[in-house]
Amino acid sequence: MSQNVPLLEMKNIRKDFFGNQVLTDINLTLQEGEVLGLVGENGAGKSTLMKILFGMNVIQETGGYDGTILLDGQPVDFKTPFEALAAGIGMVHQEFSLIPGFTATENILLNREPKKKSVISAVFGERLDVLNRKEMNRKAEAAIDRMGVKIDGTMVIHDMPVGHKQFTEIARELSKDQLKLLILDEPTAVLTEKEAEALLLSIRSMASRGIAVIFITHRLQEILDVCDKVVVMRDGQIVQDVPAKETGVTEITRWMVGRSVDVAGKAEIRDNPDAPVAMSIRRLWVDMPGETVRDVSLDVREGEILGIGGLAGQGKLGIPNGIMGLYDAGGEVMLRGEKIPLNRPRACLNASMAFVSEDRRGVGLLLDETLEWNIAFPAMQIHDKFLKNYLGGLVKWRDEKAIHDITQRYIDDLAIKCTSSKQKAKELSGGNQQKVCLAKAFALEPGFLFVSEPTRGIDVGAKALVLDALRKFNRESGVTIVMISSELEELRQVCDRIAIVSGGRVAGILPATKPAEEFGLLMVSQVK
Amino acid sequence: MNLKPQGAGKSILNILRNNTVPIMFIIICSICIPISGFSPAYLLNEILTRLGRNAFLILSLLIPIMAGMGLNFGMTLGAMAGELALIFVSDWQIWGIPGVILAMIVSVPFSVVLGFICGKLLNMAKGREMITSYIISFFINGVYQLIVLYLMGSLIPIKHSSIKLPRGYGIRNTVSLLNMRQCIDNLLAIRIGGVKIPALTLLIIALMCLLIVWFRRTKLGQDMRAVGQDMQVARDAGIQVERTRIISIIISTVLAGFGMILYLQNIGNLSTYSAHSQVGMFCIAALLVGGASVDHASIGNVFLGAVLFHLMFIVAPQAGAKITGDSMIGEYFRVFVSYGVITMALIMYEMKKRRQKASIGEQLALAQREGSRHE
Repeated sequence: MSQNVPLLEMKNIRKDFFGNQVLTDINLTLQEGEVLGLVGENGAGKSTLMKILFGMNVIQETGGYDGTILLDGQPVDFKTPFEALAAGIGMVHQEFSLIPGFTATENILLNREPKKKSVISAVFGERLDVLNRKEMNRKAEAAIDRMGVKIDGTMVIHDMPVGHKQFTEIARELSKDQLKLLILDEPTAVLTEKEAEALLLSIRSMASRGIAVIFITHRLQEILDVCDKVVVMRDGQIVQDVPAKETGVTEITRWMVGRSVDVAGKAEIRDNPDAPVAMSIRRLWVDMPGETVRDVSLDVREGEILGIGGLAGQGKLGIPNGIMGLYDAGGEVMLRGEKIPLNRPRACLNASMAFVSEDRRGVGLLLDETLEWNIAFPAMQIHDKFLKNYLGGLVKWRDEKAIHDITQRYIDDLAIKCTSSKQKAKELSGGNQQKVCLAKAFALEPGFLFVSEPTRGIDVGAKALVLDALRKFNRESGVTIVMISSELEELRQVCDRIAIVSGGRVAGILPATKPAEEFGLLMVSQVK
Repeated sequence: MNLKPQGAGKSILNILRNNTVPIMFIIICSICIPISGFSPAYLLNEILTRLGRNAFLILSLLIPIMAGMGLNFGMTLGAMAGELALIFVSDWQIWGIPGVILAMIVSVPFSVVLGFICGKLLNMAKGREMITSYIISFFINGVYQLIVLYLMGSLIPIKHSSIKLPRGYGIRNTVSLLNMRQCIDNLLAIRIGGVKIPALTLLIIALMCLLIVWFRRTKLGQDMRAVGQDMQVARDAGIQVERTRIISIIISTVLAGFGMILYLQNIGNLSTYSAHSQVGMFCIAALLVGGASVDHASIGNVFLGAVLFHLMFIVAPQAGAKITGDSMIGEYFRVFVSYGVITMALIMYEMKKRRQKASIGEQLALAQREGSRHE
């Protein structure tokens, strides 16, 4: 074959989600047997790029993409993952895609099982062919051998340690004869150190057999160990494309988090080590799927805005969800000297804590109700506000006027765009829904507020307003706020101190004035 | 390892916990048998008869459970299809074994159509298959009554007046199947010491079990297991999830139709409007008594369940009558226990899921403690 035609070439790839540009002019080439490390912060566009390459449905549903993809010099445009698979692209996703009650062998050959013909299947169709177990075992063994990591083909998935599940997925891709390019999306995130080493070895051996690998990871040292070249993405663009030999961890980190524009109008940062502790968290664990918290100890100071950052899946979202009782949790949480019982949301609310959830459509809003109801309902339920008492409190009626007034006040304060305070919450745009969630929490007049991903999925203008509102609420009412966000820049704008969570533990707490690189290093550090 | 004794204790506890229902029934039966005073030969005879009567129907529940569609009350649709076929066959005056076989053949198109409708509807109500199929069975019961009560004899030709209502259309409350009564049970029947063994019926049931074992090993069976455990993963692997689910319901409906015909040939008459009404519930209760759960059922569960459930129905009324002097208590007991068993099995299934979830938390806390020991 000619050396000039690369295996994969992506030219001028552009993609926007409803006008929100997430990828701009991506150019990428990959040779046969080459290992490419793709790094970048969450939201940098790595996943979107891979989804385009793999023909995921979400791309088609949101209007497709611009640009061309060449595979072996031929233009391709995958409409479904099945077309991509047929063309020789395999992908191992972050979430396991395995049948829990099947053995590794059955999963490796899922829906591609070798079969035996019989009289009955000749009459009723090939789905009544009997599975050829012998051949299945042989093929699965061959795939496991190609991977180079030994796993037991007869073991049932739900009895396996996570690492073996990961290897089962990889073996499944390797068992496809046409495989030319394998995409690994954070495969080492769940592996122990030993398993990760084994995986890196097997990546090298795949590459030596001519399979190209795109390796997405946040563990930068792995990239340097195993990749031929490193591609760094930031804000939907490729900012660096260099051979792995010529760079180092610090440099990559700087490329990842460095912003071209400096943030204007940063709030005054208050770092007051003498302030009393408002909330102390000790040895917290939370079973939140995908955001497991393992062992978090943390002190929140009175009156500050504490940011909690970290990469997706490291457990930062689990902290507020666990403390507020939405997911199973254990450990000890004290608020101003009083113990907060875990797993009981009502107790948290009674202790005048409030939570603006990252899941605003699911947890945060009563979508079919009016803004008035949304804003006043929790305060009414929890603190008996906006109620008129009759007959000595036996009969409680809603105070419609007070509800209307408070809603109107927040509509003005937060500039919520709506036709009236009686409009239904589901009719608002994402940014305005987020503001309603905040108003709801503010109306509770909490003593302690958790805000989770307050700017997720909303545009730049709304973002600034939401962040301003939070800061104003903190500075004017003196309410202690813990804000969780995937966007480091946003945390650095609003917060006084920022804790970075990695591997379900706190990797470090720094004042928001520290340079972005230091936070970046904490994010990718693995606390073991 | 020092953890072992505790682990062994736990596993015994787990066995007890996972088999609460069968164990409870074994206890009830062992108390009731001596009180009732029935002879072992009588009991064995009754059990074999009822096993032959019911096992096929209960077996028809296995395939939808495998496909993750839970306990399928949609089998009632198959029972109705079987009844329609029997009405036609008895109108055509084809009796004996040819009649049974013809009825089975005639029931297939009805079963397939009804199963297809049921499968389509259940695909719109994923995760709530049990209650949906229960309501569908009531709905189709209405359609069945319309056909049998008004259309048969008026639109659909029915020749014989012996099965028609005196007004000229509609089917009588009871259709006699005397001419095919126990024709399969009696052929090749073996008598050992006063116990009649319906060998052919048991052979048919054994063949059916082999068929299910074989089916599990086919590509379609494997696909159903995959769909049953995780629809999304199965879909990502290219398995046609909706189609597979519909097929599993159709197979179940067809088998339930056959099962109903076998059941009625044993009884010897067809209560046109009520024969199918509780068959789904009794079969599901029997399966659960055998230790099955919403997402797992084996052939062993079918037989253990059929034996225990019927053993209790034979001995409990007699025992009840001996204790209270009222023989009606038996019928009351039958319905009460069936609903009770289903309720209990559903609650235990939910509890098991919750326990599994809680164990993840325990593991996290344990990992933390172990982590701190290393520090």
